[in-house]
Amino acid sequence: MNRRDFMSKTTLGALTVAVGAPVVYGHLMPNGYKPLALQDPDPFSLFKKDKEMKVLNDRPWNIEARAHLLNDKITPNHSMFIRNNGLLPENIDIKQWTLTIDGESVTEQKTYTLDELKTRFKHHTYQLTLECAGNGRKEFNPPAKGNQWGLGAVHCCEWTGIRLRDVLDEVGINDAAVYIGYHAADIHLSRDPGKEPISRGVPMAKAYQEETLLAFQMNGEDIPMAHGYPLRLIAGGWPASASGKWINRISVRNQVHDGTKMTGKAYRVPCKPVAPGSEVKDEDMCIIESMPVKSLITYPRSGAILKSGQQLNINGHAWAGELEVSKMEYSIDFGATWKACDLEKPVNRLAWQHFSASVSFPEVGYYEVWARATDSKGRSQPMLLPGWNPKGYLNNACHRIAVKVS
Amino acid sequence: MKNEEHFIEQVKVIYRSLLWFCIVCFGLGFLILLIHFNPDLIKEEPTITAIEEEVSSDITETIRDSIHADTGLIKADGLTEVINNCTNCHSAKIIIQNRMTRENWLMSIRWMQETQNLWDLGENENIILDYLATHYAPKEKGRRENLIVEEWYVLEKGQ
Ligand code: HEC
Repeated sequence: MNRRDFMSKTTLGALTVAVGAPVVYGHLMPNGYKPLALQDPDPFSLFKKDKEMKVLNDRPWNIEARAHLLNDKITPNHSMFIRNNGLLPENIDIKQWTLTIDGESVTEQKTYTLDELKTRFKHHTYQLTLECAGNGRKEFNPPAKGNQWGLGAVHCCEWTGIRLRDVLDEVGINDAAVYIGYHAADIHLSRDPGKEPISRGVPMAKAYQEETLLAFQMNGEDIPMAHGYPLRLIAGGWPASASGKWINRISVRNQVHDGTKMTGKAYRVPCKPVAPGSEVKDEDMCIIESMPVKSLITYPRSGAILKSGQQLNINGHAWAGELEVSKMEYSIDFGATWKACDLEKPVNRLAWQHFSASVSFPEVGYYEVWARATDSKGRSQPMLLPGWNPKGYLNNACHRIAVKVS
Repeated sequence: MKNEEHFIEQVKVIYRSLLWFCIVCFGLGFLILLIHFNPDLIKEEPTITAIEEEVSSDITETIRDSIHADTGLIKADGLTEVINNCTNCHSAKIIIQNRMTRENWLMSIRWMQETQNLWDLGENENIILDYLATHYAPKEKGRRENLIVEEWYVLEKGQ
């Protein structure tokens, strides 16, 4: 008997004891539903995460970084956020793992083993920024539904894999192709095998970009389990949910993909701006594509106390979805005046860029250092929250840290 | 000689008694202090069955006492129904993170029923909605809140 069987047999009984009352409406609860939070293993050792990472949810796992944990130029696994929509896949056997390309718009359905993918196609490596569309949701007012991400749901790792377009070209797709949609091995929270926790995708133009990969390595090693082992679609600069983890099938669709979390309000914002708290009909919601310009001060951590006259060296990263960041500034007077930061070029398209500056303070007191990035089209980060939307996506308001000079 | 021995013997007895007395006093003092700072030590292990009686009264007494340890949910009427129906698929953490009006809680439930296999909640629906709308209601936070600094620290020069 494995652990799960044992638990399912004992849990309902245990629950009745624990709650001190029979499970009312238990008969409406389909078989296999086990109330009661069972003690989950320690996520920090399970996923090799920094102890300072913040666990938002343990079932499914949703864990975010803090700004200062993201100081590395290439994000190490221990500082990468986890956004899972379902339960982790079970019993992954990489010898048996296959990727099927199917859908209305393929000439003929084709299945590859992992080995075939790795040996038949050329390998490419890129640093790619992935940010959860809901990063910063916590700040929206009125509050938006879902995990209340602060600012740590972003990373830029080095991904190695093959180009999705090389595979699509070999399979053969027709002119009617509009969108690709991924399917994966994760398990729906209700354990219903007929349901997918998430199945999103991108339009053909994004699927055909050079940097859009079927990745099997991250930072030079096998992709960690929580981040999509053994195969992950990577579409940098777009909501990270477009970069499907544990993928085993890609459908080439002759319509916008309609998988789980492509429709309704998921990963969509109102097509036209709305007042905070408005009710928005599903048909008035549009799919998020490129993420907006944004930046993070990753050094020092908020709360530094300096001596009068002491210079403060700050650094961090800036990114702009499909675009490049062309200007980076900081302010110590709440935006009244801005000064330029040094800004590096991206290592490759869709990689975040590094900035630094040396800040001096005119007198003792409480300060906030605000950072503001501007993209290549001249759009800057707002200082207040950007447009409210029902699910709280795309908060790219300026990051700030507190400093005291004494 | 005999007298002297007897005297020494008596002194020893008094000495030992005093020593024991001191140890006992010291121990008692220590215990009282411990209990003073840690009143839980003498309280009975709280059981979950107690929730229902205890809770209806005043949930704002102290935050710690009003939180259900296993789930982190606020102890109040409806807790049992919420645990039974809302912690099966995901943990209670997704509920605790959220703040919604009654209407929006209902919309979330309908969304889970339409798309995520959540079952019909029967007459528990109202109990659950009352609980959620009361204890997890939105609060006004403006367009940008003040920064909260978790910990102030001295940043040395050249660091
Ligand atoms: C049959 C499974 C199931 C049950 C039972 C269930 N939920 Fe959910 N719920 C889900 C799924 C799946 C999600 C999406 C999770 C994610 O995206 O991380 C979800 C998400 C949520 C969210 C976040 C909303 C959002 O838009 O992301 C809230 C809040 C929530 N549930 C509350 C509840 C409450 C309250 C109950 C009890 C009435 C409940 N859930 C019972 C499946 C369930």
